Amino acid sequence: MSVYNQPRKRVIQFIILGMVIVIITRLFFLQVVEKKYSKLADANAVLRKVVYPSRGIIYDRKGRSILSNDAMYDLVVTPINVKNIDTAYMCEILQIDKEEFRKRITSAIIKNGSRRVSVFASLLPPEMFGRLQESMYMFQPGFELVQRQIRSYPFNAAANILGYIGEVSPQMLQKPAYSAYNQGDYLGMTGLERTYESVLMGQRGIQYLVKDNLNRPQGPYEKGEFDTAAIAGKNLRLALDVDLQVLGEHLMRNKIGSIVAIDPRTGGILTMVSAPTFDPNLLTGSYRARNFSRLFADTTKPLFNRAIQAGYPPGSSMKPLTALIGLDEGVITPSFGFPCFGAYTYCGRAIACTHHNAGHAANLRLAIANSCNAYFVHLYRMEVDAAKWGGVKKGHQKWHDYVSSFGLGHRLGVDIPGESPGKAIDTAGMNKLYRGQWNSCSELYVGMGQGQVVATPMQMANAMCIIANKGYYYLPHFVDKIDNDNTELLTKFREKHTVAHVSDSSYMPVIYGMEDVVERGTGVSAKIEGEIVCGKTGTAENNAIVNGKLTKLKNHSVFVAFAPRDNPKIAIAVIVENAGFGSTYAAPIASLIMEKYLHDTISVKRKPQMKTLLEYNTLDPVVREKSKLDSLNGASAKMTSDEILKLYFRD
Amino acid sequence: MNRRQQIKLTEGIDWPTMGLYLGIVFVGLLSIFAAEYREGDNIWNDILHLTKNYSRQLMWLGVSAVLATIIWLTDSKFFTATANLLYAGGLLLLLLVLGIGKDVKGSHSWLVLGGFQFQPAELTKLCTNLALAKYLSSIETDFTKLRSRLIASALVLIPCAIIILQSETGLALVYFSFFLVMYREGLPGVLLVIAFSGIVLVLSALLVDKNILFIIFSVITVLVIYFSRREIKRNRSRLALILGIWAFCSVFVMFVVPFAFTKVLKDYQVRRIEVMLGKENDPKATYNTRQSMIAIGSGGFIGKGYLKGTQTRYDFVPEQSTDFIFCTIGEDFGFLGSLIFIGLYVALLLRIIFVAERQRSTFSRVYAYGVASIVFFHMAINIAMTIGLAPVIGIPLPLVSYGGSSLMTFTMLIFIMLRLDADRQMVLR
Repeated sequence: MSVYNQPRKRVIQFIILGMVIVIITRLFFLQVVEKKYSKLADANAVLRKVVYPSRGIIYDRKGRSILSNDAMYDLVVTPINVKNIDTAYMCEILQIDKEEFRKRITSAIIKNGSRRVSVFASLLPPEMFGRLQESMYMFQPGFELVQRQIRSYPFNAAANILGYIGEVSPQMLQKPAYSAYNQGDYLGMTGLERTYESVLMGQRGIQYLVKDNLNRPQGPYEKGEFDTAAIAGKNLRLALDVDLQVLGEHLMRNKIGSIVAIDPRTGGILTMVSAPTFDPNLLTGSYRARNFSRLFADTTKPLFNRAIQAGYPPGSSMKPLTALIGLDEGVITPSFGFPCFGAYTYCGRAIACTHHNAGHAANLRLAIANSCNAYFVHLYRMEVDAAKWGGVKKGHQKWHDYVSSFGLGHRLGVDIPGESPGKAIDTAGMNKLYRGQWNSCSELYVGMGQGQVVATPMQMANAMCIIANKGYYYLPHFVDKIDNDNTELLTKFREKHTVAHVSDSSYMPVIYGMEDVVERGTGVSAKIEGEIVCGKTGTAENNAIVNGKLTKLKNHSVFVAFAPRDNPKIAIAVIVENAGFGSTYAAPIASLIMEKYLHDTISVKRKPQMKTLLEYNTLDPVVREKSKLDSLNGASAKMTSDEILKLYFRD
Repeated sequence: MNRRQQIKLTEGIDWPTMGLYLGIVFVGLLSIFAAEYREGDNIWNDILHLTKNYSRQLMWLGVSAVLATIIWLTDSKFFTATANLLYAGGLLLLLLVLGIGKDVKGSHSWLVLGGFQFQPAELTKLCTNLALAKYLSSIETDFTKLRSRLIASALVLIPCAIIILQSETGLALVYFSFFLVMYREGLPGVLLVIAFSGIVLVLSALLVDKNILFIIFSVITVLVIYFSRREIKRNRSRLALILGIWAFCSVFVMFVVPFAFTKVLKDYQVRRIEVMLGKENDPKATYNTRQSMIAIGSGGFIGKGYLKGTQTRYDFVPEQSTDFIFCTIGEDFGFLGSLIFIGLYVALLLRIIFVAERQRSTFSRVYAYGVASIVFFHMAINIAMTIGLAPVIGIPLPLVSYGGSSLMTFTMLIFIMLRLDADRQMVLR
């Protein structure tokens, strides 16, 4: 019987062998002929991960980190590898439409070509990241998630100083200076982030990892043989005191203006407030672009760092400098007096003075204490008309040289970008202004800090340093120390600038005069218990073109000071725009800052004063209305004045 | 006496089959281990506590060894005597599953016994094989008669139908491999040709536009009629036959296949077939096949080395210790390893056919052919599926894939055959 069916055994054997041959042929093509599968396998299992170094952290003078790092994710795309993906699903996750999806792919190809990685969606919000990570296998190998660090500002303060980081733009990438960057990298755009980019950025590394099907890294590929390590950015240690910074931002809430406090012994900036400010965390993370355009468009210009960018007439705070020039030139002695009866009339027009009583400018100390306008405009004339110069043009140039050495009229070179030069008119400027026909009367206002002299708050604070130090200053700067520093970035801040060679005894009348201002003059609201404060109030006039007409606006409230009188530790300038007298707002603000710095606390007696200051609102109601930001107040955003007070006073 | 018994214990065993069986099982264990082991795993602990598939597979191997020993010690008459009973029992079990079975991954084909899941559809292959052998070997059966052929087909198709109801289509298809046995026993060869043509028809219906196919059929028909016009003159019924085939093919392609694909087959089944044909590009649907092909393809000629494969070890391949176990072999051992591995199967299959042909009883021969057919079908479809030649239907690789039901069933299938073979000198009906 079995013999009968013998050939059928052969047929069955052939069927088996035939099938096996088909399988083996296919295997041969898959495994031996076709090479793409090992590449695909590597694409599956090997993760080329750019390791972004952690950016340097910024610490304040007491070692508290005021700018550190948080982790976030970017979705990056390699356009050529995008094939057969569920576009609709991805659009749904990213909440974009297909048109936008195509647009992004196209722009990625235009920017970087289709074989290179471009950022498709940056800094994904957590919930978007979660959904994407789950379904990432569907979008690979065209799309990948890349971790990157974002900056976080634990104190929500010092937005304008620290600056923010942003994605490097295609225009930047064209320039050789940015050759170290790739598309999608972030770099410091403003503030310290920008100035110290080279030390903060560190060095990128590349790591090859083996991953599993859910993109979970399983360990190094080939034992890390191909990896290069990332080198972390260096940390910065600032002279800034974040307590002062926060206090300053609190005090300046609902006001426009700025505070600059400098340690005169080093030039280190202790605090620099520009108001209105903003919460720096707005410019990190997912909603950076939206927040940026809101800040940019805001009527109160929160991105504008008034402390170094805004120019103000220094007003009376200029007077001690005029005095110093006179003393240094030797045109006066401290005992020089001027008979002022309420106005200066020698130049054909009356320049009013707030005091009328005889002898209020009987000597330098009195003139400063009483802020006699006549005394200082006259002093300016004496300085430029001095016989030894041989003519007002040379004399004025000499005056300009002095003013310039005090740091006015040019950029000081602080270590954040965007500084404005201010203004101090020189002889050439005068010639141009008056077509060569001018004398010491033409711009005599500069002697009292009005007219053709404009200073930034930082320049004013720096001028205070010169008086506090009796003749020298260090360039104002934020960074005290860079960890493991091997750069030359900080050398210029160690250099002492000696600007006047007046004997200490000649300084004393100026200093005593400023002491008198606080003890019994216009600056009494700046008194600090147990300290001798030397200050000078200013009430800077300012005009603006409103509806096509030059209109006089409410004066700026200006106050400059240093303390203590002997061995000063802090010099400060405070400007509150359109607030009126310097004594009302600027002086108490400066005083609170100095007290906090010198005593580390604020005496409880000052609570009512501080409450008034916190609640005082100088913002024009129209501006306030137009300004859409509720977080304009930086560190004190969304806090009531009582809540702020609780931070400083225990009840 | 004692000595004689010892001799008797291993007497008559077909060592080549035994050796190939052990070899394939060993490769299976190695592969399951490779698919699961991660650096730092405590192997002994995993084995003792049955926490991993390979440790459980080791246990199932122990159980299988016990079953094999019991079968070896059983008189071979037992299997012929109880074949129909076992078949009936198997059918009851299948119906029972239909009632109280448990859903696992979309198929309603599992029984839960104690802590273990058990798939009766695996075991009924054995029962069906025994029953078919019993029927074909019975004196009353004349396999040249249509009636006998229909009864034999029914024996095979009844369990197949129940299993389809359990949504375990892959295992149900395995029952069609019994037609190979029936072919060996006298089913007309033209049936194989028709079956093959049917597959070709279905594939072409799916790949080519149906109107174009209709035109092609018509052109071929006209040509055939033209070239065989003399024969048609002699024999008019030839024309009717040709036109009949033409009409059948056209209706089949234009109506039956589209109907089947839209109304009869489930959505996922259609998709799997389309994936195999390269018509489906949805990454979700092609994921399994694509990852499996990447794993195997990346193995290259000599492979990445044991435990060095990145695709199988990091879970890129789905079901990698069960249905896609071949990926581990393809990736770790490459083309060379795959060749040797497939060689083991071919050797086993040819040996079983050799063993079958040397049987003196029809029962043993049919049974052995049944074993060969089932192993062949499983092996060919499973491997073809992992390399994109067949749609993804979940059937295990015999003796290699993880799974107790499968391992025990194939062990019993082979050891019953070995028992029958050892007793081939006894004349059985």
